[in-house]
Amino acid sequence: MEVWKNHPARQSWWKILAVALLFYTFYMGFMGEVPRMPILNETIRNLYFHVTMWMAMLVLMIVNAVYGILYLSREDSYLDMVAEESATTAMVFGAAGLITGMVWANYTWGAPWVNDPQLNGTAASLLIYAAYFILRNAVQDDRKRARLAAVYGIFAFVMMIVFIMVLPKMSDSLHPGKGGNPGFNKYDLDANMRAVFYPAVIGWTLLGVWITSLRVRIKKIASHYHD
Amino acid sequence: MHARHFVRLLQHEFALEWKNRQTLTSLVVYSLSTIFITYLSYRHRLDLSTWNALFWIITLFAATNAVARSFLQESRGLQFFYYTLLTPATVILAKTCYNILLLFLLSLLNFAVFLLFFELPSFHLLQFIAGLFLGCFGLSTVLTLVSGIVAKAQGGAALVAILAFPLLFPLLSSVLEFSGNALQGMEWSANESPFVLLIALNSILVALSYLLFPYLWRE
Repeated sequence: MEVWKNHPARQSWWKILAVALLFYTFYMGFMGEVPRMPILNETIRNLYFHVTMWMAMLVLMIVNAVYGILYLSREDSYLDMVAEESATTAMVFGAAGLITGMVWANYTWGAPWVNDPQLNGTAASLLIYAAYFILRNAVQDDRKRARLAAVYGIFAFVMMIVFIMVLPKMSDSLHPGKGGNPGFNKYDLDANMRAVFYPAVIGWTLLGVWITSLRVRIKKIASHYHD
Repeated sequence: MHARHFVRLLQHEFALEWKNRQTLTSLVVYSLSTIFITYLSYRHRLDLSTWNALFWIITLFAATNAVARSFLQESRGLQFFYYTLLTPATVILAKTCYNILLLFLLSLLNFAVFLLFFELPSFHLLQFIAGLFLGCFGLSTVLTLVSGIVAKAQGGAALVAILAFPLLFPLLSSVLEFSGNALQGMEWSANESPFVLLIALNSILVALSYLLFPYLWRE
């Protein structure tokens, strides 16, 4: 348990940073200046609360894949705990991103669900990770579960990246800034919005990491008492 | 991995299938009845995108049926036998290769029957067959690995479908685009980038199952 003393998960500076960044995001997100864009209008503020969910989800899924690879090489049950809990948090962020996106789409596109490569990509990632948890629940033995989940998780991660990063580039999207739509891609996102968007991404991601680290610690205590 | 072992294992798979012909028959009958059900529910000419979608959904289910059993039907004894004699890479590559060939033949049959029931205006046959092969290649690769995972998890064929379908989204959406273009009789230039994408995707799939399968193998 000596390692835990100065473990980054127990340090508080990044948690304070997360809270500060999120306060900043909420204040600037509702009060800050945003450019007036046709169709988007004030809904452009959703950038800070919707797109950032994807970013946090993606980071957590990367964590899942990396810890899966680490597990396969070291077989340490702690690594599997991190992999599992990061996938759980990623699912929560994914669902939050889907809901914020659907509310936004209802006002901007006139329907909560349209056939858009990015929407499909998200639905696909959520289904992939749902399957990941089904696999975990299907195996009784701890070590076998960890190994199978790591194998599936790595495979799933690569497929998800192909689906959300590569395929949308092959076709038009309705999303702002894609396929000739007005909106917030990196070329016309203005400096004001960038000053909120990037801190928001970091803030939400840190929140996700924080939730994950708490859940891992709870799990570690639970497994300690089970043994 | 040894080429000699690979060929031997492939031969063994074919011999086993031939010896156990009722499984082969049941796969064919399953596909035929699915197609017939589709025919009874539609009865009229399909437009191209419906044709394409239905054909691939039928292929997906036929593939799940055909490939899911590749590790599930093996006894523990046989697995230990493989384990002592062969490297995991040989086993997964031989099994995948066998499943690709099996599924491709099955899909060709499906395609012929589907065409019989649902006529098509002129289309690029060769392009479609190429798409069919690439699709079968990817389907078999994913399903073979997932079958290996599920065999270790001691789950059934239903678990194979649950785990494999989400992994197949990228493959299916690109193969649908490719064969859709072929059915519309578009020029090859329209299909060039989906073709490259499919080749790349299939290479990634093979590489992943080659790298990951040895970890399943260990006990």
